[in-house]
Amino acid sequence: MSEGHSTYTPKTGIERWFDARMPLPRLVYDSFVAYPVPRNLNYAWTFGGILSIMLVAQILTGIVLAMHYTADTNLAFGSVEKIMRDVNSGWLLRYMHANGASFFFIAVYIHIFRGLYYGSYKAPRELLWILGCIIYLLMMATGFMGYVLPWGQMSFWGATVITGFFSAIPLVGDWIQQLLLGGFAVDNPTLNRFFALHYLLPFMIAGVVVLHVWALHVTGQNNPTGIEIKSKTDTVAFTPYATIKDAFGMIVFLFFFAYFVFYLPNYLGHPDNYIVANPLKTPAHIVPEWYFLPFYAILRAITFNIGPINSKLGGVLCMFGAIVMLFLVPWLDTSKVRSAVYRPWYKLFFWLFVADAILLGWLGSQPAEGSYVFMAQMATLLYFAFFLVALPVLGLIETPRRLPNSITEAVLEKNKGGSGHPAGAAAAPETKG
Amino acid sequence: MKKILTSLALIGLVVAGTGAIAAEEAHNAAAPTHFPINEPKEMDWSFTGPFGTYDKAQLQRGLKVYKEVCSACHSMDLVAFRTLSDLGYNEAQIKSLAASYTIHDGPNDAGEMFDRPGKPSDHFPAPFANVEAAAASNGGAAPPDMSLLAKARGVERGFPQFVFDIFTQYDAGGPDYIHSLLTGYDQTPPAGMVIPEGTHYNPYFMSGVSLKMPKPLSDGQVTYDDGAPQTIDQYSRDVSAFLTWAAEPHMEDRKKTGFRVLVFLLLFGALVYMTKRKVWEGVAH
Repeated sequence: MSEGHSTYTPKTGIERWFDARMPLPRLVYDSFVAYPVPRNLNYAWTFGGILSIMLVAQILTGIVLAMHYTADTNLAFGSVEKIMRDVNSGWLLRYMHANGASFFFIAVYIHIFRGLYYGSYKAPRELLWILGCIIYLLMMATGFMGYVLPWGQMSFWGATVITGFFSAIPLVGDWIQQLLLGGFAVDNPTLNRFFALHYLLPFMIAGVVVLHVWALHVTGQNNPTGIEIKSKTDTVAFTPYATIKDAFGMIVFLFFFAYFVFYLPNYLGHPDNYIVANPLKTPAHIVPEWYFLPFYAILRAITFNIGPINSKLGGVLCMFGAIVMLFLVPWLDTSKVRSAVYRPWYKLFFWLFVADAILLGWLGSQPAEGSYVFMAQMATLLYFAFFLVALPVLGLIETPRRLPNSITEAVLEKNKGGSGHPAGAAAAPETKG
Repeated sequence: MKKILTSLALIGLVVAGTGAIAAEEAHNAAAPTHFPINEPKEMDWSFTGPFGTYDKAQLQRGLKVYKEVCSACHSMDLVAFRTLSDLGYNEAQIKSLAASYTIHDGPNDAGEMFDRPGKPSDHFPAPFANVEAAAASNGGAAPPDMSLLAKARGVERGFPQFVFDIFTQYDAGGPDYIHSLLTGYDQTPPAGMVIPEGTHYNPYFMSGVSLKMPKPLSDGQVTYDDGAPQTIDQYSRDVSAFLTWAAEPHMEDRKKTGFRVLVFLLLFGALVYMTKRKVWEGVAH
């Protein structure tokens, strides 16, 4: 897709001047105007654009918040409240930033699940996928450190629990934990370094996003059929086709975002974080932000020792393992067919996996006691089974549906069948848009 | 689309099923393991919903309850007198109210601390010099600061209620809890329940069977001059509403702005959608 020759022709004198010296307008034109995209992309493909605007929104609101924030254990909580009360539109900036983090994760989860459903990680897009996984990891680090900054009870105790994981690592664990904390417990040095890193990481994310988009423009986009682009009729120009569709997707997403920012700004947070951090008073239930809950459930599910690995280390290994699985997906999936549209069994297992991930999230919010522990263990088993059993085995034993010869053929077939009788379309989820 | 809906329904079923299993728990009235024993009562508040506004008369009554009762033990560090204009007071009223407080200030030119009457830019002074003094005077536990109490309290809603809350815009967890707690005293604990010495049974308390704070309000304790009933229930409602304002003073502005933003996004979205239809017209996809 990428290596196609540029169709840009500078029209004005200024454009010609630039084009001869630094062809930035040409790059923009080739990447965001003439760039060919599959004509059958559905709204699930608008989340890349949505994530970009969320990143920009987070950086912009964050920079202004940083102008008013004080990273000191005695002043941090008060400085956030000053933003909420006295800074002009400070409440709006802070609620946008706090809920923006949540919606960033909502968008990234939809983006990841879309990739899993349509096999977007398969050759030649492995690197594209891994760059995405790295962005996700950076996002988690950024989100976690950002939650510590208001210096509420959940900030403090969340930081204590999460940095405590590292002490489970044999030999170097304590050293890593002390390096993270800047001491032996969460305190002023911790807050200071978390603030510095929370400001730095988003720019690192932006850097990896550039690589992610670069890799995307080399391989071209996957599409609901999972069939590569074969001819010009398979594609449409990025502008106006994808731009206008992305714009509509963004507005719908922003609508939900605004609903939370303005009407339920504290819904996704925890009341305890409006209590100033108190190292002497442990909250009844320490819960991380909702977007970490599935991993938190996996961590706490390991309540037993396995040989030399005690339950704490086992939990930490499983939690990190759960993320490592994502990195390995391109090689765990043995199927020759990309898209779940043509893989009836994979489709079933995919939705079971989605249900399992949601269940894990809910279990992560509940106390680790009684029947919850057993449920979390079963759900953890299912989580790993999806990656380690379903992905490799299904590819070998599943008989995929007949694949169309090209994207164009798939589109024409669908439109022919779709107008007369809606029933029976194999590609039902894809008809939207 | 149908497939997505079926899948979502399936997910819902699985989650609901496990929720039901978890809800089955042994219940022992004398030794409860989960708090609060009673869920907070959901009240009608003027400030809930997309067009919610504070009832200024109610906030003024709530301020009176805070001043005459709560402020004996509870500080409200984050609230400045000047912000009381939100309650409908004019500048002169705020000045005289601020002046009725004594503020410890200094050091002055001579290097000495001194007392002076409050100014509108001052915050409510705390009843105790420091947290340790507050704890020492209150049986070892410092009464919490009230500035953010309405946002810092809230009983977990549980599944599936927390899903419905998104659509009903339930944002009164704090005030509902405070109101229930304040009106939840004077109840007889179940037979056999052990109430620790120096604490008071209250089935609405979220961290145990009883709390250190004795019943703070009684009928007729605070005199209202606007004819509102002088009952514990009314005092509790008013002070809960006042604390909601104290915790979220820009709520009205937020909801008003939100409505405009949503209307804009709706109209803009409709226009973009129609443009999208036009652009894609004739391109099978």
